[in-house]
Amino acid sequence: MHQTFAIAEIHSENYRTKTLIFDRALPSEPGQFVMAWLPNVDEKPYSIAGADPFSMTVVAVGPFSEALHALQPGDRVWIRGPLGQGFRLPEQAAGKYILLAGGGYGVAPLHFLAQRAAASGVTVDVCIGARTADEVLLAGAFERLGAAVHVMTDDGSLGRQGLITVAVEAAMGARTPVAVYGCGPVPMLEAVELLCRSRGVPHQLSWEARMRCGMGLCGECEVHGREKDGWLACVDGPVSEG
Amino acid sequence: MATCDLTCLLPGVRLRTPIVLASGILGTSVSLLVRAARAGAGAVTTKSTGLAPRAGHPNPVAVDWGHGIINAIGLSNPGAEEEVLLLAEAKVLLAALGVPLIASIFGGSVEEYAQVAGMIAAARPDLIEVNISCPNVVDDFGTPFAARCDSAAAVTAAVKAAVGGVPISVKLAPNVPNIGRIAQAVVAAGADAITAINTMPGMVIDAEAGRPVLSNRTGGVSGPALKPIALRCVAEVASAVDVPIIGTGGVTTGRDAAEMLMAGATAVGVGSAVWYRGAEALGEIVTELAAFMVSQGYRTLDEFRGLARR
Repeated sequence: MHQTFAIAEIHSENYRTKTLIFDRALPSEPGQFVMAWLPNVDEKPYSIAGADPFSMTVVAVGPFSEALHALQPGDRVWIRGPLGQGFRLPEQAAGKYILLAGGGYGVAPLHFLAQRAAASGVTVDVCIGARTADEVLLAGAFERLGAAVHVMTDDGSLGRQGLITVAVEAAMGARTPVAVYGCGPVPMLEAVELLCRSRGVPHQLSWEARMRCGMGLCGECEVHGREKDGWLACVDGPVSEG
Repeated sequence: MATCDLTCLLPGVRLRTPIVLASGILGTSVSLLVRAARAGAGAVTTKSTGLAPRAGHPNPVAVDWGHGIINAIGLSNPGAEEEVLLLAEAKVLLAALGVPLIASIFGGSVEEYAQVAGMIAAARPDLIEVNISCPNVVDDFGTPFAARCDSAAAVTAAVKAAVGGVPISVKLAPNVPNIGRIAQAVVAAGADAITAINTMPGMVIDAEAGRPVLSNRTGGVSGPALKPIALRCVAEVASAVDVPIIGTGGVTTGRDAAEMLMAGATAVGVGSAVWYRGAEALGEIVTELAAFMVSQGYRTLDEFRGLARR
């Protein structure tokens, strides 16, 4: 069943992105997700942006996310979860170095991961890819955690101009991470996967899919066309390990 | 460990284990069907297909309400033409694993059932399951056909005439006054087997929201809450007809499967257990059933099939 969470605070992240911070914790791991329901509107998957207090970063891209944006402190959201398999930090993490790659709005769960990593004494670099400077998300928040941030934009309006993979490749070349963590659009994830494979670097990638039951039953969120035979984003993922 | 024989016989086909992946669970793609087969299912059933593609209902479409699941996916499917391609590919891969393929179909009218059945039969699945009982579609699908002997028989006869010898199993609804009579009617009309039961119509309300959780308002109840209902229905069907029964409803452990066989089932459908235990549930239930048989001194399923009806 869903449990209700009341909004305690709302942070504006950029011109069309808000983080909803709720009134209590949802014990969960970075990379896990919830199904968020607004009765009479819709129910959709959101990655968990923070566990304590529970928070979700919401980009206004359609009727449901716009309805979430219209909520005020005190309003409730109905939540199923946490669901799925999240990111795993390296064993004996302290002192190790990891690289995060967030494309577009894939940055949100990586910030939660960076918080956990920083708390475990892991050194974090993060590459952020976005179309324009306006779309860059959470760069300052990563810097406050002590992470080195490499921004790539399609138009060069912030950081360097080009694809995020340019920054990922450069960072991997400068220092080999014990693992790369990625979240973003499929073509970006495939490119990051290729880079990691060619260098033999372990990687954990979070795949996006249309979710219906969120329970591993209906088959709707299967990620096709990979060697992952019959792989369901909702229960086998959303994070895959390679 | 002492060995026991877990094989069972459905019309025209022998299953290496009696555990059958139920329709609507993981049955949407070749890769998921193969995954279920590799996990240990003795046969696998596709998600029901109709004539034309359907998107299904908006979310929420499923929720675990504490003693079971309720769902109203809304018979989303790619349509019969597309499904034939899926079945053809799946059949080859499953045959290599020794796992029969059951194709589930539905229709909006007797004629449409026959049309879908004819198209699907061309892919030569091992069995066609005729879903006359999906509770989730508000227009003419499902409930009306399973609710009355005459409509259930009419669909069965039309499908039987359209499938060119592919055996058919008719999937019955639990919410009828006398499921044994419905079973007799469909067997008289040509059903080679019975699948019993579909989910039980129900409603789950979120008290804080003040409305049903499912966008469709009502849905089908499955999981542990359904098991006693299913056992009773299977026992009644077993008393009424003499065809194999795929006993389905609330089986999540090997012991549950044994109970279903004792009620008179030939094979045992498993669905919601995949939520509780993952796709591995299919194989784990087989292992648990074998261990139960060894502990009780049973060597074959026949030794205790229908035991609880005697």
